[in-house]
Amino acid sequence: MKISESWLREWVNPKLTTDELAAQITMAGLEVDAVEPVAESFSGVIVGEILFVEQHQDADKLRVCQVSGLNGDITQVVCGAPNARVGIKVPFATVGAILPGDFSIKKAKLRGVESFGMLCAQTELKLGDDSDGLWELSGDAPVGTDLREYLQLNDTAIDVDLTPNRSDCLSLKGIAREVGVLNRLSVTEPVINPVSATITDKININLEASDACPRYVGRIIRSIDISRPTPLWIKERLRRADIGSKDIVVDVTNYVLLELGQPMHAFDLKSLEGNITVRYAQDKEPLELLNGQTVELASNVLVIADDKKSVAMAGIMGGSQTAVSSDTKDILLESAFFLPTAIAGRAREYGLHTDSSHRFERGVDFKLQEQAVERATQLIIEVAGGQVAEVVVAEVEHPALSTKTVTLRRERILKGLGFDLPDAEVIDILQRLGLVVSETNDDGWVFIVPSYRFDIEIEADLLEELARIYGYNNLPTTSVRMGMELPMHQETALGLDAIRANLVARDYRESISYSFVDPKIQQLLDPDAKPIVLQNPISADMSVMRTSLWQGLVTALVNNVKRQQTRVRFFETGLRFTSNNASELIQEPMIAGLVYGARHNESWLEKASNVDFYDLKGDVESLLAITKEPNQFSFESAEHPALHPGQTASINLSGVTVGYIGALHPSIQQDLDLPQRVYVFEVAQAALANARFPKFEPLSRFPEVRRDLAVIVNQDLAVSKLESTVSQAAGELLTNLKVFDVYVGKGIDSERKSIALGLTFQHLSRTLTDDEITSSVNNVVKALKQEYNAELR
Amino acid sequence: MENLQELIEEALNLVSSASDLAALDQIRVDYLGKKGQLTSLLKTLGKLSSEERPAAGAKINEGKQQVQAAIQAKKEVLETAAITQKLAAETIDVTLSGRANGRGSLHPVTQTIARIKTIFASVGYSVEEGPEIEDDYHNFEALNIPAHHPARAMHDTFYIDKSGLGLKDKVDYVLRTHTSPVQVRTMEANKPPIRVICPGRVYRCDSDLTHTPMFHQVEGLVIDEEVSFADLKGTVDQFLKSFFEADVPVRFRPSYFPFTEPSAEVDIQCTNCGGDGCRICSHTGWLEVMGCGMVHPNVFEASNVDTDTYSGFAFGMGVERLAMLRYGVNDLRLFFENDVKFLEQF
Repeated sequence: MKISESWLREWVNPKLTTDELAAQITMAGLEVDAVEPVAESFSGVIVGEILFVEQHQDADKLRVCQVSGLNGDITQVVCGAPNARVGIKVPFATVGAILPGDFSIKKAKLRGVESFGMLCAQTELKLGDDSDGLWELSGDAPVGTDLREYLQLNDTAIDVDLTPNRSDCLSLKGIAREVGVLNRLSVTEPVINPVSATITDKININLEASDACPRYVGRIIRSIDISRPTPLWIKERLRRADIGSKDIVVDVTNYVLLELGQPMHAFDLKSLEGNITVRYAQDKEPLELLNGQTVELASNVLVIADDKKSVAMAGIMGGSQTAVSSDTKDILLESAFFLPTAIAGRAREYGLHTDSSHRFERGVDFKLQEQAVERATQLIIEVAGGQVAEVVVAEVEHPALSTKTVTLRRERILKGLGFDLPDAEVIDILQRLGLVVSETNDDGWVFIVPSYRFDIEIEADLLEELARIYGYNNLPTTSVRMGMELPMHQETALGLDAIRANLVARDYRESISYSFVDPKIQQLLDPDAKPIVLQNPISADMSVMRTSLWQGLVTALVNNVKRQQTRVRFFETGLRFTSNNASELIQEPMIAGLVYGARHNESWLEKASNVDFYDLKGDVESLLAITKEPNQFSFESAEHPALHPGQTASINLSGVTVGYIGALHPSIQQDLDLPQRVYVFEVAQAALANARFPKFEPLSRFPEVRRDLAVIVNQDLAVSKLESTVSQAAGELLTNLKVFDVYVGKGIDSERKSIALGLTFQHLSRTLTDDEITSSVNNVVKALKQEYNAELR
Repeated sequence: MENLQELIEEALNLVSSASDLAALDQIRVDYLGKKGQLTSLLKTLGKLSSEERPAAGAKINEGKQQVQAAIQAKKEVLETAAITQKLAAETIDVTLSGRANGRGSLHPVTQTIARIKTIFASVGYSVEEGPEIEDDYHNFEALNIPAHHPARAMHDTFYIDKSGLGLKDKVDYVLRTHTSPVQVRTMEANKPPIRVICPGRVYRCDSDLTHTPMFHQVEGLVIDEEVSFADLKGTVDQFLKSFFEADVPVRFRPSYFPFTEPSAEVDIQCTNCGGDGCRICSHTGWLEVMGCGMVHPNVFEASNVDTDTYSGFAFGMGVERLAMLRYGVNDLRLFFENDVKFLEQF
């Protein structure tokens, strides 16, 4: 909320500079966002009066004006504004004036006629939106006075960003009250005398929805002259709060909202049919609003209605049909109390947010309604005249209208704030804030909460008020005392940190991608999945939740390749989001990686070669190696829509698939314009959650014996199968088995391959005999022959 | 016998002129070997009288030893020369780069979270995590933010489109807007005393120069029998000094969060200008870095924590904000572009 500093100082004027005042308000919890001058800098502009006007001889659109104001002289100014006419008072930028934007006014000749200065529109001074013609100042504007002085422009607008709890400060009155408390100053409010009735009109107000609107105050004013201009001081105060000016009635209701915090509305009385009823809308009840929008209301929306129709969305916006217009003569002023719960969220559902809804949603002082009506009446009739009827108050008993009390226990101050605030200070602070002691007992006090403090409901709220006024930074600062209990420490918990460290050591960079991805890349990489969709995405390319971390990694790769990177190695950890048929949202922690381009950084040591499947597999195996049971993992040839059909493996833990590894499908690679092969993996973090718990095995002191075998088998035989057959057939003397060569080509049947195996044998407690080893090797050869038709090479 | 001295000199000459180990060995064989010339002289001793024999024998042996010593000495010289030559031949340019495989890097957000975790873990906080798609209850209701509460408008929530998901429950799901729901889940699962920090991704439907729709927070929660606002101030103050490794001035401003009361925003003196005012602190001299407060009784009640016995505080901070201040990153959006040139700086 923005307010004029000079206006605030009329109510309460602490001996503080503008900056000090802003800092003080901020530190009291009303954060000042900005302190800005209310007008841009300009000089040399005075109030001028047009005394004579003649048509320019050589230009249809120009007129030659004689203007008074400068040193009692008459000055000639050529002007193109359509409203330039004798008798009006206008801003007169004299020769030497500097206008906003550093625009200096010089003597000029327009089509041969000399002009000494410029007459200004609002927009030329950046003091309003009206650019249609000269800014016509009020008839009583003193000719010759500096415009800044006349308009009191040497003022600042203080923009306070209020938290939702402090609705009591959504008015000048509220901020002034707070400044008064902080500086121990009394606040001078304008005198608001009730206006006596001169006519007997009375409108019936029926509170049908009294649960949502327990108070509704109305007053009829007849025979006003709505053509009377709003006084400059009202307009300026509104402008400084970023509120535009319309007509005297609307301006006054806005002024009262700004001054006192009570949202008001004025109906054109002649368009109201019968009585006023506050009720809920009928389902799909239509209403054309002031802003031209027609809404179909839901039945949870509170409306103001006459006997025939709804005329306003209560507390949000009035209807256009009953709005005050230029031919309005009689009005009904509304000043009501709507419960926050009856207004909250409703405006938003219709895409609306108004000064009124903003205040009612947060809470309006329930004792303010009559005062606001009187203030508005006073201001309207001062300008527009009119006959005033009695104020009508419709009211029902309601808990929201009752005075709240809150208990404060002395020991809770110590416990909650960590120090003992003397009783006298407790009472002083709370009384300054408008609370009243209703009871004192051994434990503490009971306080009556003022009607404007919607936020004070419980003891903790009082603690906050004490802390706030005492000063958060004046409160003590202590260390938490806690028991030094040592927790059970699980050695086998394999944290993500260890996994990350392993990948970093292997030259991977950690990326962090958005969890929502482009549906196109999602579809490309995981066409079978049905991703979770956001109802209100920030943009179409961030509208579905990733079903795999690959979407982010591949996108990051593409972006880096566009930025001329030729070698990229990423890993990422995080959740993937899926929903299964059992209607559950699944959020699974994954770890994924991607390699692209050269195997190593370019080096003089070796010729560049690109990464392949086995590079990535080696890295994945290094992760598995630090887990609990590396041997329980297996890689099986598999299929995945995102991957190359011949270079894809599922990663399985005890037979259950926990991830995939492979080359990105060449057609996807092509779609993404990537010149090199991309290799990716993804594994569930759960599969890597446990670290190995080392278990000692006795060492053998007897010699190892190694035998090498080369066997020729069909090319489609998976070596992992061959290995398990060898291990079984060799028996328990075999301590190590290595594949040290795979050969395909010359000298071997084109559908066969040669696998070279190194078998190591050892016994724990004796030297092995040649016979034992030969027999074991023979078993192996026999088994391989039997199962795979393997021949020795 | 008469040529003994001649032989010795001859041998010594040969030794001194030998150019390699093979030649030297040949000399040894020629003079000292079984059939060597000096060895052969010993065989001539038989021709001498028994009186002459010992002296003559001693002379010959002395000569042999002389030659042997010379060979040994020369051998050492030659060996040293050979090694020197070999070493010289093997000299490489040690300034060329090594056969390194390179080293990757951790994302600055991960590093910052790790740093925060380490600081809190050092005094006994544990780490809790929670789901990122949260139900309305944990993200809002249980934190004293009922439907239509004005504070919801501060959150710019992403909602999950439930159509087509076939979910059985009727609750609304959101991308969590803060890590505070992890507080609730922690209170539901554990009895006080509780001392946890909860790092994680959060989401807000907001994107501009200073906002990304996803960012990271670390939430902290302490619940015990005697925990006060003064303790909260101490904890936050100590943390910020520890994190920035500096005696940085910290101030607390009254603020509002529905789930804490009293609530505060925490500012540190601008790390860039030292409080004089600059572009980074919008010329205020202060930087807002955290929100905190005493846990609201309604939040305790929602999670069945006895408010008569226990009190607690909570605090929350934006990880990217802290990382930007600490490492001087000037554009929030860089954190999620995954540009290698950015990542390799960390």
